[in-house]
Amino acid sequence: MDIPYTTTARPDTGLWNAKIGIWLFLASEVMLFGGLFSAYIFLRLDALPGYWPHGLLNVPVGTMNTAILIASSVTVVLAWAALKMRQFSRYKFYMGITIICGVIFLAVKLLYEWPDKFHHFGAYIRQDRVQKYEQYLGNQYLAERGLEPRYEITGHLHNEAALHDPNIHEYEIQLDQVNADPTNPASDRPHFLPLPKTDKIAHVAKADVQHAEMFVPKHNTFFATYFTVTGLHGLHVLGGVIVFTYFWLPIGANLYKRNPEHLANRVEVAGLFWHFVDLVWIFVFPLFYLL
Amino acid sequence: MDASTDLASHSHAAHDPHGHEGGHDHHELGFFRKYVFSTDHKVIGIQYAITGLIFLFFGFMLMMLMRWQLAFPGQALPVIGNFIGQLFGPGSMPDGKMGPDFYNSLGAMHGTIMIFLGIVPVAFAAFGNFVVPLQIGAPDMTFPKINMASYQAFFVGGVIMLISFFVPGGAAKGGWTSYTPLAVISDQGPGHHWFWNGQTLWLIGFILLITSSLLGAVNFITTIIQLRAKGLTWMRLPFFVWAQFITAFLLLLAFPPLEAAVVMQLMDRLGATSFFMPTGLVVNGAPLAISGGGSPILWQHLFWFLGHPEVYVLILPGMGIVAEILANNTRKPLWGYKSLVFSGLVLGFLSFIVWAHHMYLTGMGAVVSAFFQTTTVIISIPSVIILSAFFISLWGGSIRFNTPMLFATAFLPMFGIGGLTGIPLAFNSADLYLHDTYYVIAHFHYIVAPGTIFALFAGIYYWFPKATGRRMNEFWGKVHFWPSLICMNVIFLPMFLQGMLSMHRRWYDGGQGWTLANEKVWGLTGFQWNLPISIAAWTMGLAQIPFIINFFWSIKRGEKTDDNPWEATTLEWAAPSPPPHGNFAVTPVAYRGPYEYSLPGRPNDFTMQNEPISESDRRAYEAAAAAHH
Repeated sequence: MDIPYTTTARPDTGLWNAKIGIWLFLASEVMLFGGLFSAYIFLRLDALPGYWPHGLLNVPVGTMNTAILIASSVTVVLAWAALKMRQFSRYKFYMGITIICGVIFLAVKLLYEWPDKFHHFGAYIRQDRVQKYEQYLGNQYLAERGLEPRYEITGHLHNEAALHDPNIHEYEIQLDQVNADPTNPASDRPHFLPLPKTDKIAHVAKADVQHAEMFVPKHNTFFATYFTVTGLHGLHVLGGVIVFTYFWLPIGANLYKRNPEHLANRVEVAGLFWHFVDLVWIFVFPLFYLL
Repeated sequence: MDASTDLASHSHAAHDPHGHEGGHDHHELGFFRKYVFSTDHKVIGIQYAITGLIFLFFGFMLMMLMRWQLAFPGQALPVIGNFIGQLFGPGSMPDGKMGPDFYNSLGAMHGTIMIFLGIVPVAFAAFGNFVVPLQIGAPDMTFPKINMASYQAFFVGGVIMLISFFVPGGAAKGGWTSYTPLAVISDQGPGHHWFWNGQTLWLIGFILLITSSLLGAVNFITTIIQLRAKGLTWMRLPFFVWAQFITAFLLLLAFPPLEAAVVMQLMDRLGATSFFMPTGLVVNGAPLAISGGGSPILWQHLFWFLGHPEVYVLILPGMGIVAEILANNTRKPLWGYKSLVFSGLVLGFLSFIVWAHHMYLTGMGAVVSAFFQTTTVIISIPSVIILSAFFISLWGGSIRFNTPMLFATAFLPMFGIGGLTGIPLAFNSADLYLHDTYYVIAHFHYIVAPGTIFALFAGIYYWFPKATGRRMNEFWGKVHFWPSLICMNVIFLPMFLQGMLSMHRRWYDGGQGWTLANEKVWGLTGFQWNLPISIAAWTMGLAQIPFIINFFWSIKRGEKTDDNPWEATTLEWAAPSPPPHGNFAVTPVAYRGPYEYSLPGRPNDFTMQNEPISESDRRAYEAAAAAHH
């Protein structure tokens, strides 16, 4: 039994099956990420003033990753075009670059960006103790300019044991620029290049803290959304890399000998998925890194 | 997905192990490849049907247990009480008396199982898989391996839901809607495993069920677009195919936001995030150690963005089944075929913008409420058009009241009652009073229980001969039908009364302690009405026994039939019964619409879609066109 229109187009629709299938799948993916992005909007609009952080992510690294993904979207089209022109070694070359781009993207995310966040610390000061930390928060200055108040002191935790040990009563934080010099407009976020950490150390009593944590998902709704969305996006990148690797290795690429058009169709369909993954990132980047 | 997709079809072409038509090295498949890991749409449809029916009955048994507690609150369940207590673990039924947590688990899992493991798999996946490719004259689904994966994801998801009954603390207790923050904090703490607990397993099971629906929906839509037989244009499709097509789009687009929400709730439970946890939440007198800043309303929005289209996922396949059976047994074309199709499309579209009518009580604000109130009232228009077209289709027909037709005709008033009682709920002022009462329970059960489930029974009786080559017994079919119809109404009609006495749907004591529930209406107090309802529920359980016996008995012993026992017109009846792998001996071509019954100048009162148009047909069409002008 043969199922019709697996590689050739049905005359009245002009499409082969998998092409419709992938577009439908992408429609559902739009709704999946749409659900997450609407959660982002909802939580951000709902956040109390001063509780939605800005500029905590590394913009140059994010920009680089954006460029890498866009480049891989180009090379996957070139790989497909090479197959259409029946130039197999060109196909291998461009597909190889696509795979490398995907791997670099994931490596940057998993080996640099996420761990960097896991070593960054923030403590939200209780509303009734804010006055005590005015030198780090600069709320007087912010209020005069009609800006959102600031409740969080961020930096690198010197006594990490304080996170779990109830006998330690204060956090020793090597401050970020924004808290070291809170009334200087030059130290405010966001900056394209991340500001270096300062030598200034703040001692914050646990009793004055509402909530303190490394920058992990449970730190606040911003990081919860950031890790969930980039995690899910990363899984999609990983899926794409696995499929492309299958098409690149002999096990998948041997289809070229039997039916080159079929392999071209597969690359086209996987490429559509890859463009979608790229497109999601185009939304993720400004929403989390820039805004 | 494309890899496996193309692989599926390509490996068929290249080295098809079961390619009869290919004509080379044909050998029988083993038992596992044929019945367990099958890629044949008919086998997968039957797998879905049997699994789904078992889940339906299991979900119904959970409710029969709850009906004891509602009728006799706090009293020990006789005979089986201790056994059930042992089965579901300590704390579920101490001394045969139902514990409150167990009651909540039963309620939550009844809803979850009936909807996501019972009706959707049977109405959409089972009937869609078995019937749609046959009705469009296709050899199989476009992506057979994805089809198999869809069933497997569903099966594993279902098993996880079942396992959740037997972990410490029991199954999920947050209602089938799993509203936050309750669902996030429940099943945690002492006595619960961090992972193997009811609510977490509910979420994991759900991810698998959503994946299953997604794979199914992609497959259905592609199949209907690509594999229609030659000549089978869109306006020649049977209404059932249209209904499945629209349903597939609803599943495709409505489920993913819930998947996002489920992932977020999992993060809240396992990663202690605060997607749905508000600032300053105090549980058992102590503030929770979380960041806060989340929104419980966000969960409700994402849940109901699925939840409302889901209602139409439940009802549209039922309408499709009823349409086929009505046309077949009135022996005349469906009235208003095009109105049905366009109403279905409008219904599908509108179902995406009515969800917040489930949330009037959240204080969304008057403007938002007014918007959703308006769209909700508008959506009743296509529903009424569909129902009216069905009623008018009966007019002037010479109706055959066989078992499928009995269930299909019973669907009409039952769905009508369910639909019309929904209108007061659409208005937020009336809904403020009726929200979360038994009135709501009665309303939506009229749609899905004597509505959709009756349509499912109708479909089972109707397509049984196609699947097996044998007919189910008519007498026992009627023994199944009449008690079911009576019991359904005795169960759900009094619930409207209870709801208007403002009896809350989740009360553990059946309303015994509520003043208004002790007011008399129609001779009994609201609380006392629980007893006749419960008796009817248990009787209805008994009334399913003839069906179960009839179903299995008829597979082997039923009266043998030919390929087209109901003298129907659509293409599935042109295939052999049961159809072989690949379905049609000769690929059919469609020459005409789906419901050409009683065409003048014909020896029979039915003309199949694949019969070429004769000279007398042409004259009949011309005469009809002339009469129309």
